[in-house]
Amino acid sequence: MDHFTFVQFVYLLKGLGWTLVLSALSFVLGSVGGFGVMLARVSRFGVVRAIAAVFIQGIQGIPLLVLLFIVYFGVGIFGIDVPPLAAAGIALMVYVSAFLGEIWRGSVESIEKIQWEAAECLGLSRWQSLILVVIPQAVRLSLPATVGFLVQVLKSTSLASVVGFVELTRAGQIINNSLFQPFLVFALVGGFYFLLCYPLSKWSRAMERKLNVSRR
Amino acid sequence: MSVVVSLQNVHKSFGQNQVLKGVTFDITRGQVVAIIGQSGSGKSTALRCMDRLETIDDGAIQVCGHQLGGGKVDLEQLRKDVGIVFQSYNLFPHLTVGHNITLALRHVRKLSRKAAEERARAVLETVGLLEKYDSYPEQLSGGQQQRVAIARSLAMEPQVMLFDEVTSALDPKLTGEVLKVIEKLAEGGMTMVLVTHEMAFARRVADKIIFMHEGQVWEAGGPDILVNPATQELQDFIGNGL
Repeated sequence: MDHFTFVQFVYLLKGLGWTLVLSALSFVLGSVGGFGVMLARVSRFGVVRAIAAVFIQGIQGIPLLVLLFIVYFGVGIFGIDVPPLAAAGIALMVYVSAFLGEIWRGSVESIEKIQWEAAECLGLSRWQSLILVVIPQAVRLSLPATVGFLVQVLKSTSLASVVGFVELTRAGQIINNSLFQPFLVFALVGGFYFLLCYPLSKWSRAMERKLNVSRR
Repeated sequence: MSVVVSLQNVHKSFGQNQVLKGVTFDITRGQVVAIIGQSGSGKSTALRCMDRLETIDDGAIQVCGHQLGGGKVDLEQLRKDVGIVFQSYNLFPHLTVGHNITLALRHVRKLSRKAAEERARAVLETVGLLEKYDSYPEQLSGGQQQRVAIARSLAMEPQVMLFDEVTSALDPKLTGEVLKVIEKLAEGGMTMVLVTHEMAFARRVADKIIFMHEGQVWEAGGPDILVNPATQELQDFIGNGL
């Protein structure tokens, strides 16, 4: 049985780096998509709202793993070669869009109607009211849930290992295949995830407490 | 005297509930009109119809030359001419007092930052809160918040100002400071419509009192109708109110 070497540790760190890249990528792209989904969900037009609702329900009802397979293998059938990073990025973006869109819709709708009225009566258009008055307040409300969801996304990137993308989990698998020390290797992998997620969870919790205090 | 606000046989229902049953009155430029009546008499609804926060089912409303019956209304222009202040202040909690006032000046009136800030300071001076320019709404008392809301509306230089029970959420002391501001505006010649429960104030400041009862104008006239009401209903109402 071989011993865990420094080279392998560096390999894990590289995987950790890719986990961060994939998380950031899916969160940034997913935020853009989620903003669009949220806008569609609070649209004045019933058709737009309905389409967004179907999208959200659809995506929330499909496991992320299956989404990954659809993008990676499914699109491959049309002769388009999707690199693992792109496949994982696209699948995660779609997934994150649906969830963030719904989280943000909730906070936008929780802003009292009279705030809209006050803005409207000052002559602000619907769009100006949304951007200048409602969203700044909604962002504050949605931050704890958004950061909480970021933790979920970070952990969900481990699923990208199944399409061959070498992030932290896949790096652990590869090392373990040569070392056969699953407990050591995966405990280390788990420890890395924990180190990333714990501060975020803590931050989310702290923000929630602060919000509750200021709303009292 | 030119008519600024005119309601002609206005009807409005919420579902089965008929709130306005043929309301008719005129308000001329410079007039201060107090609308009084029991809760549910339709007075707030009538006021909200004047700023098109509610649409009407039948009749006609004309406000500053805008026809608010059926059909399209230039809301942007209407909101330039009409200011409204609500019972619950409705300041924007994420903005300072100053920014609450400059927001619409900059984004609707397209004033420069400097011009908007100057006007914000001027209207805050009017309501006696210049030193609160950089405070957030939550740091102010209810009375102060309401005065800021009045200043915010005033900054848009409306032709008519509507006040929807603006002191109902305040204790007597804070009510006093808000009423003082309204009185000052009245002296300055602002056309105002007040939905209020402050009878003594209405009698002192208003040129015209409109008593609404069961969705209709039951009695209207000068402040003296509060002393010598013509109808039993108004008699009962002030009997309870004072």
